Amino acid sequence: MPTLAEKKTTRPSRPAPELIFGDLWEFDPAPETADPKLKPRYDLFIDGKFVAPKSGKYFDSINPANEQKLAEIALAGRDDVDAAYAAAQRAFETTWGKLPGRERAKYLYRIARLLQDRAREFAVAETLDGGKPIKESRDFDVPMAAAHFFYHAGWADKLEYVAPGRRIAPLGVVGQVIPWNFPLLMLAWKIAPALAMGNCVVLKPAETTSITCLKLAEILRDAGLPPGVVNFVTGAGETGAAVMSHPIAAKVAFTGSTEVGKIIMRSLAGTEKKMTMELGGKAANIVFDDAPIDQAVEGIINGIFFNQGHVCCAGSRLLVHEPVAEQVLAKLKNRIKVLRVGDPIDKNTDVGAINSREQLNKITAMVASGVKEGAELFQPACKLPSKGFYFRPTIFSGVSMSHRIAREEIFGPVLSILTFRTVDEAIEKANNTAYGLSAGVWTDKGSRILKMSTELKAGVVWANTYNKFDPTSPFGGYKESGFGREGGRQGLLDYCKLV
Amino acid sequence: MLAKTPHAALVRLFDEVGTVDAVGVEERVAKYTTRSIKKASKVKGLKLATSMVDLTTLEGKDTPGKVASLCQKALQPHDADLGAPQVAAVCVYPSMVRHARKALGSDTGVRIASVATAFPSGQAPLRTRLAEVKAAVADGADEIDMVINRGAFLAGEFGLMQDEISAVVEACGDAALKVILEVSELETYDSIRAASFLAMRVIREGDFIKTSTGKTSLNATLGNNQVMIEAIRDFYLDTGIAIGMKPAGGIRTAKQSLQFLIAVKETLGDAWLTNERYRFGASSLLNDLLRQLEKEKTGAYQAPYYFSEAAESY
Repeated sequence: MPTLAEKKTTRPSRPAPELIFGDLWEFDPAPETADPKLKPRYDLFIDGKFVAPKSGKYFDSINPANEQKLAEIALAGRDDVDAAYAAAQRAFETTWGKLPGRERAKYLYRIARLLQDRAREFAVAETLDGGKPIKESRDFDVPMAAAHFFYHAGWADKLEYVAPGRRIAPLGVVGQVIPWNFPLLMLAWKIAPALAMGNCVVLKPAETTSITCLKLAEILRDAGLPPGVVNFVTGAGETGAAVMSHPIAAKVAFTGSTEVGKIIMRSLAGTEKKMTMELGGKAANIVFDDAPIDQAVEGIINGIFFNQGHVCCAGSRLLVHEPVAEQVLAKLKNRIKVLRVGDPIDKNTDVGAINSREQLNKITAMVASGVKEGAELFQPACKLPSKGFYFRPTIFSGVSMSHRIAREEIFGPVLSILTFRTVDEAIEKANNTAYGLSAGVWTDKGSRILKMSTELKAGVVWANTYNKFDPTSPFGGYKESGFGREGGRQGLLDYCKLV
Repeated sequence: MLAKTPHAALVRLFDEVGTVDAVGVEERVAKYTTRSIKKASKVKGLKLATSMVDLTTLEGKDTPGKVASLCQKALQPHDADLGAPQVAAVCVYPSMVRHARKALGSDTGVRIASVATAFPSGQAPLRTRLAEVKAAVADGADEIDMVINRGAFLAGEFGLMQDEISAVVEACGDAALKVILEVSELETYDSIRAASFLAMRVIREGDFIKTSTGKTSLNATLGNNQVMIEAIRDFYLDTGIAIGMKPAGGIRTAKQSLQFLIAVKETLGDAWLTNERYRFGASSLLNDLLRQLEKEKTGAYQAPYYFSEAAESY
């Protein structure tokens, strides 16, 4: 058996072997056909009723996959936010705050089951509104949202075990603002623990993705949830500021960009409001030379291209051990050639539409800066739809720590690859960031996983996997990725006071 | 002193060819099962799968008559107007090769594969196994399906295992060789990957590696298929030598076969979507493929008895 080197010298004319990922067996379109049951116009959900905004103003919500209008969404002003808080305060004082936990649990179970009953309808609505592939909204977002309601329903009558030895009490009314990347799931993460603990809620979804929130309002109503326990106000930044700074709010919870998080924290400085912030990330996904390479490649792909990279814990910085760097890059290139980019409603789509034109512009600018700063770009030659907001899966190799694409959150399908030589260097590079939300470690060596997980300054460290979530597992960040936890016992502690 | 145990030999081999994470592989292949194949792409996939079938009968009760009937089915799987292609090959025991040759004739697109080398255990002296291979080839076999010496592999005697494969390659002459790893006896994905490399290093371009005999409890799965086609891919990119793949046993439905083909499309690419490089070792699969093709054509499912050679008879 001649070695590879010998073969190259004896047969110089033979071209390097390549795989052909062509169109020999193309897949026909396979759109999900369930009816999302959208209304042409959505009002605010305040005090158990759908009400028009006092200003009478509405804005359009579009489908990022084809830029067509889906529905009109009410624009809530300060008056509407006041009304929502007043309703929530009333509900807390008269009904919800007085119900025993086992009764609150019944409502949460009912919400979870109603969501499961309408899972397909919600999945289609989520995909149309946000641009994520239907297979993700169907297999991840909606089932996981239901799981959060189930999990917290289970806690509601066992709250004395949240802080053993201490007595706990609800906070009152909490104000919550959520992002556009997982509209329904973030909503569940926010309201399920708040309700289980006995709080009432005023929540604002992101302006580009309000629809599933308002559809969930129908479920809350059908579940018989007392009026005012949960109120949804829709709108953009100004509405969000009104929700966050409202005097009735005993606590505010925010998930979104670090930039906005800082603005909120500045505005609340000096008040007695409790806060939890789940902000940006620039996670390191670290691959050692003894890792199972093909599975690591799969984890890298899942880590950065899941939900078009619109994931705060996305594995956007790949740190590869130098001995396997070339191999990993070659395998990654072959793998992204078979990712199917296109219409999110198609069941075979792997990478869907970018959520908004604004985000697409931001990603495009960041990628341009990567090219300008000298990193090497690779994109597969896939066809993109002519209408809608799409971006090719992108890999940058030869990235160094001082590149913008290695330091700033891109929030898109863009992977920056850096290399390292030793374990200490990997830890150093992984922690050399303003963020600290998540990290991944790929190695066959168990003791190394334990060492890395104690030394990485990240709220979540995944070992030989990536982007795995569970309602029982607390999620949250270090440093500028925020504070407070969501999920698990720790998440409940952030929605109560110890008395 | 350094260890010379079978374990040390295995670890050195794993170091060389890499290891496999079982959870990760199973997560990867679960994604193939969520692909949605419709309309024209489904018909194309069904026909492709039909053309890749090694229509198999491996029973103690096989007779020349049974084999003749199988061969007829291989030549014309169903009514001509369905447009189903011929299958790739029939797969029979060595004693049945001459009967298959008689039934198929010499000028035929359907090849004859035979399971030689003391199938399924391989527990016979090497000279007996080689004599069996030569006899099958002399009787007209185009392809030989051999079993590896699992005992040698598990004992860390990789040289012995490879030497035996080399001897069979030589005995095959012009016949193509398929090397059966018998994955259920290797147990781990790590071992399946390692054994795939050991085999590929001593066989020829156009030869195959194959999951299993179909005679043990666990046969072809998407998981072990994935591990083996990733090994084929890595070996090809490293050496330029294209090895074929044959999952065998346990693939009974058309839907399963399409999932295996999706794995091939997304891992090895278009060059492996041909029966020269990919086969299904199966029997009842063929009728389900025909039934689905008929359904795509007419819009209705036909009862099993409209298809000749009901699955039960294999």
